[in-house]
Amino acid sequence: MLPTHSLQPHPIADIPRLQRAARKLRRHMLTMAAGKGQGYIGQGLGFADILAALYFHEMKHDPQNPGWEDRDRFILSTGHYSIALWAALVEIGVLSADELAQYGADGSRLEMSTLDSTPGVEMTGGSLGHGLGQGVGMALGLRLAGKSSRVFVELSDGELQEGSTWEAAMAAAHFKLDGLVAVIDCNSIQADGPIVLNIEPVAEKWRAFGWLTTEIDGNNMQQIIAALHAVRRETDQPKAIVARTVPGKGVPCIERCEKAHFLNVTHIDWEDAIRELEAQHD
Amino acid sequence: MTKPGQTTAMGVPELAEGYPEVSAPFGEALVNVGRQNPKVIGLTADLGKYTDILSFAAAFPERYFNVGMAEQNLIGIAAGLARTGFVPFCTTYCVFATRRAYDFIAIGCALSRTNVKIIAGLPGLTTGYGGTHQGIEDLALMRAMPNLTVIDPCDATEIAQATAVIADYDGPVYMRLLRGRVPVVLDPVTYRFEIGKARLLRKGTDVAFISTGLMTQRTLEAAAQLANDGVSAAVLHVSTLKPFDREAVLSLIERVPRVITAENHVTTGGLASAVADAATDAGLRLRLKRVGIPDCFCECGSLPYLAKRYQMDTASIVAAARTVLEEEPVLPAAVA
Ligand SMILES: Cc1ncc(C[n+]2csc(CCOP(=O)(O)OP(=O)(O)O)c2C)c(N)n1
Ligand SMILES: [Mg+2]
Repeated sequence: MLPTHSLQPHPIADIPRLQRAARKLRRHMLTMAAGKGQGYIGQGLGFADILAALYFHEMKHDPQNPGWEDRDRFILSTGHYSIALWAALVEIGVLSADELAQYGADGSRLEMSTLDSTPGVEMTGGSLGHGLGQGVGMALGLRLAGKSSRVFVELSDGELQEGSTWEAAMAAAHFKLDGLVAVIDCNSIQADGPIVLNIEPVAEKWRAFGWLTTEIDGNNMQQIIAALHAVRRETDQPKAIVARTVPGKGVPCIERCEKAHFLNVTHIDWEDAIRELEAQHD
Repeated sequence: MTKPGQTTAMGVPELAEGYPEVSAPFGEALVNVGRQNPKVIGLTADLGKYTDILSFAAAFPERYFNVGMAEQNLIGIAAGLARTGFVPFCTTYCVFATRRAYDFIAIGCALSRTNVKIIAGLPGLTTGYGGTHQGIEDLALMRAMPNLTVIDPCDATEIAQATAVIADYDGPVYMRLLRGRVPVVLDPVTYRFEIGKARLLRKGTDVAFISTGLMTQRTLEAAAQLANDGVSAAVLHVSTLKPFDREAVLSLIERVPRVITAENHVTTGGLASAVADAATDAGLRLRLKRVGIPDCFCECGSLPYLAKRYQMDTASIVAAARTVLEEEPVLPAAVA
């Protein structure tokens, strides 16, 4: 972790407002997951704080016009985190809340894994290790087009095992893509359980690859905002935020579940889960 | 529509209706193979839980390696192990083995003929997880690769037998995997899997089903339904796509030139293409209908929904047979 004194809260960030936004995203996720026996609710809840900070504070975007060409881009590299992105797109108004119940259903555009045919989705995910390469291409393209838009790429800790991630990391530093921000969601799990192949020290790897790197508690809104503020600095480097998150964060009964990639939550009472979430006042 | 409470991404239970089932037949067979041959190694790329190899991991922890989510490296490591005399079985999904690691398989395994076994889960429409996870063109890619043996097993019986057979075979193999609770369609007492051998599972004179993989479950069902209407349908099961059993295929087509191929794969480059190639090369004429995935990436959704949507279910196979039966008889080739 960075020493806290280097993480000054952003002067104009309204932290309680962002925490409320994160809680709303979590609420949408519970609506999507409710009644379904299993899913990626753990990852979604863990990533909710960062998504709220990106969509409600840091990124420029226009919900009326999701294809606005001057927007900042958000690439969700892990398609299986779609439940989190659907929540954010509903909350900013790109998708309608009525669709939430259709998450994962036959014929629905709220797929279990993101497709770029759904409005607001920048990249088709699902096959891991694609996000950063496409992010490098977008950042290069935006720079060539003379735009100041930035590109935020979410990556998972599991994706740090794919060679393609590091090919892209090397290219980003080489091309001095200072508008590229990688947010690495280190939730300590992958498909076979707790991280199966050592990836540490994560922050040092990104630094060694030439990225301006900070490491934070990814469920602490103060720290998230401070890190996002810090990477606004204009250097000629790409930026990495190594975010340590807790799967299931914000809903204690899900947080207590086994730390599993594909969570089996048949035993959960969803009404209780919603009450638990709403009882939280950070 | 999916019922509330139903998720679509994982699991194949819908495939198993009406048959007895075996749990994780590949893993159980690999444990047996591992007992007999201390050179057998288990490898996975963060999909141990999802490719039924955990029983091997539990039985032989010192011979099991999870290399993390890194499919190119998975194949590279396997090739290196094979070069030091081991028999690596590596598991991932069809899409990640073929799309991501194709070059590594071509050079490290096929060109060099190293003794690597690639076991690939989620073939075709056995997952509702969409285009990133459905291995719809892997057979075409793998069949095009020299030196590689390519197998698409039908059921638990065949997976268990094939696992033992390929462990004894010296050379690179790509085998599709059916995981979890897998139906038993072929009789384990009478059925005998051999590399490169097709099996006539049912005799018939009106139409010939030639099928591979789990589609043989459905061609057998289709043949039984047609029999009720007095139509006699043969079923030839071709589980090895490469080397291809031309002899068995040609001798059936000669007798029954109304043919329906059925594969859990796109209809180009896989079984249908192999049958058409063999017939054309031999100068045989036939009426051919191809049941399989059309030329598109498929949707997300529940497995019965997808099977129907892409006309891969038993009803679609029966319908294809009826169409072929209505066509003009095959004429002998015109003499120039
Ligand atoms: C290239 C590729 N290989 C394998 C998979 C199968 N898979 C899906 S999620 C996953 C785990 C990856 O780790 P992470 O994203 O950290 O998982 P989580 O934190 O969501 O459990 C794997 C191996 C995949 N989707 N893509
Ligand atoms: Mg993870």
